[in-house]
Amino acid sequence: MNVARKPVILNFILIAAAVAFATNAVAADWQPRKPVEFVIMAGPGGGADKMARLMQTIIEKHDISPKPFIPVNKAGGSGAEALVHLKSKTGDDHTIMVTLNSFYTTPLRQPGIGIDSLSFTPIARMAEDTFLLWVHKDKGIKTMDEFVAAAKAKGKDWIMAGTGKAQEDELLTNFLNTTYGLSITYVPFKGGGDVAKQLAGKHADSTVNNPSEALGFYQAGNVVPIAAFTKDRLEMFPDVPTMEELGHPNAYYMQRSVVGAPGMSDEAADFYRGVFTKVYNSEEWQEYKKKKSLLGSFITGNELEEYWKVGIANHRKLLKEIGEIK
Amino acid sequence: METIQFLLDGFVVALQPMNLFLVIVGCAVGLFIGAMPGLGSVNGVAILLPVTFIVPPTSAIIFLAAIYYGAMYGGAISSIMLGIPGASTAVATTFDGRPLALKGMADKALVAAAVASFAGGTISILLFTAFAPPLAHVALAFGSAEEFALMMLAFGTFIGLGGDDIPKTLFSICIGLVMSAVGLDIMSGQPRLIFGDIPGFFHGINFLVLAIGIYGIGEILWTIESSQGEVSVSQAVVSVRRILDALKELLKSANTIVMGSFLGFFVGLLPAAGATPGSIMAYGFAKTMSKNPESYGKGNINGVVAPESANNAASTGSMLPMLTLGIPGSPTTAILLGGMVIWGLEPGPRLFVDQTEFVWGLIASLYMANFFSIVLNIAFIPIFVWVLKLSFTILAPIIFVLCVVGGYAPTQDMHDVWLMLLFGVVGYLMRKLDYPMAPMVLAIVLGPLAESSMRQSLLQSHGSVWVFFERPISGGIMVLALLLFLMPAIKVGKKLIVARRTGNAGK
Repeated sequence: MNVARKPVILNFILIAAAVAFATNAVAADWQPRKPVEFVIMAGPGGGADKMARLMQTIIEKHDISPKPFIPVNKAGGSGAEALVHLKSKTGDDHTIMVTLNSFYTTPLRQPGIGIDSLSFTPIARMAEDTFLLWVHKDKGIKTMDEFVAAAKAKGKDWIMAGTGKAQEDELLTNFLNTTYGLSITYVPFKGGGDVAKQLAGKHADSTVNNPSEALGFYQAGNVVPIAAFTKDRLEMFPDVPTMEELGHPNAYYMQRSVVGAPGMSDEAADFYRGVFTKVYNSEEWQEYKKKKSLLGSFITGNELEEYWKVGIANHRKLLKEIGEIK
Repeated sequence: METIQFLLDGFVVALQPMNLFLVIVGCAVGLFIGAMPGLGSVNGVAILLPVTFIVPPTSAIIFLAAIYYGAMYGGAISSIMLGIPGASTAVATTFDGRPLALKGMADKALVAAAVASFAGGTISILLFTAFAPPLAHVALAFGSAEEFALMMLAFGTFIGLGGDDIPKTLFSICIGLVMSAVGLDIMSGQPRLIFGDIPGFFHGINFLVLAIGIYGIGEILWTIESSQGEVSVSQAVVSVRRILDALKELLKSANTIVMGSFLGFFVGLLPAAGATPGSIMAYGFAKTMSKNPESYGKGNINGVVAPESANNAASTGSMLPMLTLGIPGSPTTAILLGGMVIWGLEPGPRLFVDQTEFVWGLIASLYMANFFSIVLNIAFIPIFVWVLKLSFTILAPIIFVLCVVGGYAPTQDMHDVWLMLLFGVVGYLMRKLDYPMAPMVLAIVLGPLAESSMRQSLLQSHGSVWVFFERPISGGIMVLALLLFLMPAIKVGKKLIVARRTGNAGK
């Protein structure tokens, strides 16, 4: 009996081990089984959109994923459309999203949509985008003092075009208003590309575009940067003073991150982390970061979650200041 | 002269064997993608973007532009043959294309669509070639006030029509506007009209869902009812002679084609508008300017050529802001723009100066894509017409399946499929009650554009509506639009005066 039983137990253990090993192997090698929906939380032509499409093409070019990433723009409601969409995909392993700071502000402003920013799966922070204050060349404004004087003279008729409601651009507009005693009127548009066009076509007096959005018009000499909302001067704009130098320190950055649907399996999250590590390290991405004056290193997992917690607290404070939330 | 030199250099690039091959393949693929309901140039270009990494950037954009062009041609095919819009840009083509097919003139409608597409493409490329840099300034001059004025003009063309029942037209526009307001508000981010809390409504009502429902499903129901099962659609004939005759007849529509091409091109130029509003507006204008507007919607050939010339012209037009401003004029160009970034090109005001080979290679390839698209299209007409010879009992299920796929494809949400079926039934009932459907489709396309541009303008002016009249461009367009709005009243007034005079004469 004893002799006969031993092999059975052994077999059992062996089979169990084999099964465990097999599942482990499968887990480590999780791969998408169908095209991955790559949601973009902003409209076509803006900074987030251009970046997402660049990531997609890098993934295709270097064959990083066996299945393609299909970008889908969901810009509606300052990103609420994208957030709600991702929430509806809870537990889905084939939906990820490129996000920005409306990732913090939209859920805070609209508790009704029931989004908790921390419920999303942290995959990667790919960069931090910077903000500059831009005016049209024909205004003849070159320094912050001239900007303040011109904006004061025009009062509430000074138009600042920006992306979305109570998002990055409006927060910075509010900062300028309170710091310099201005009464700039903020007008929201659907994407950074559209905003850049408003300034180039002189439908707006100023913008706080990201460098990537204003670059084309800057290189053509249509628009001029006045100040940078960064800690140090940007390599690309060495003559543009930071707000700190101007005596009103305000370093404000926009995250360029990738998140997964809430409740995504760890195996899938690991797969995407691997994908975006490769994207981050690719020559194209590094080149793009440099050309578009992007800062920020690659962070993921818990570190990214901690980064979000700081971001949420910071934005709660900023939104309270402009009276958007209580 | 310099332009011609650049263009010739461009042709040298476009005529290289590989590029020529890519243009032909691209046109054929585009034709197919455009003809499949639910799949449009956006999906086609997005799916094939990765393919382009194996070729140099100039060849890549040539290939994608050929797909874009081919899809504009292809969209008309299913609109005419099956009554389902093949792509959003071809919705207006169903209005008259389908009735023509039902009358046994499908070949005529297809030829008209192909020729109009060719003319629209050619006129717009010529404009593009000659005036690209100055036209970029036109695009920049359009702010939100001008955009709103343009939308009003578009609505005006649908209201100020003599033929249709005006209260019913107004009702149809209003329903469309209400539906376009569904979803998350662009300006405040608050959800609107989501019926409690149905997540499917968050992204709004996709107008393709409405169009496929009304024209696809509604059409099947209508045919079943009106034919009582005995449908004979086999009178479709096609021959070289008929095609040649159709070409000759098209000379009469030359005015409409030219109008559609110019209008489409200029609407396409404006960032954020694109080919769909362009084609619908061209239809509206053609109908307004026509001597017998009541024949539209019942199989008027001009109702096919206007949107078809406009959508091809608009697709060329929308490349202009993409190349010169770095702002996509349509969803498809947004994807092309993404491609350019990875090819290492910086779209924007400097592109025409720094990348002449790329820019002019692309422009030259547009001429070629246009040429090959019409050749392929006309060559395939007999095959398309053959579809109509299928008996209705086979065709109806095929149309139904295509409708469901087309409703599902854009958002991949079953919610939209149910919505589409609902629209099909409601659309059928509204049609029985003689409500015009086209204004509703127009309203759902233009509604969101009109709303955001109006609110942006009013924010800039601190609530003063004079902003729409103070600026020269928007003021001019607004006055035109108001005249169109008042046209029914003017007509009624005229009738009253005439009646009074004749009444007086009678005494």
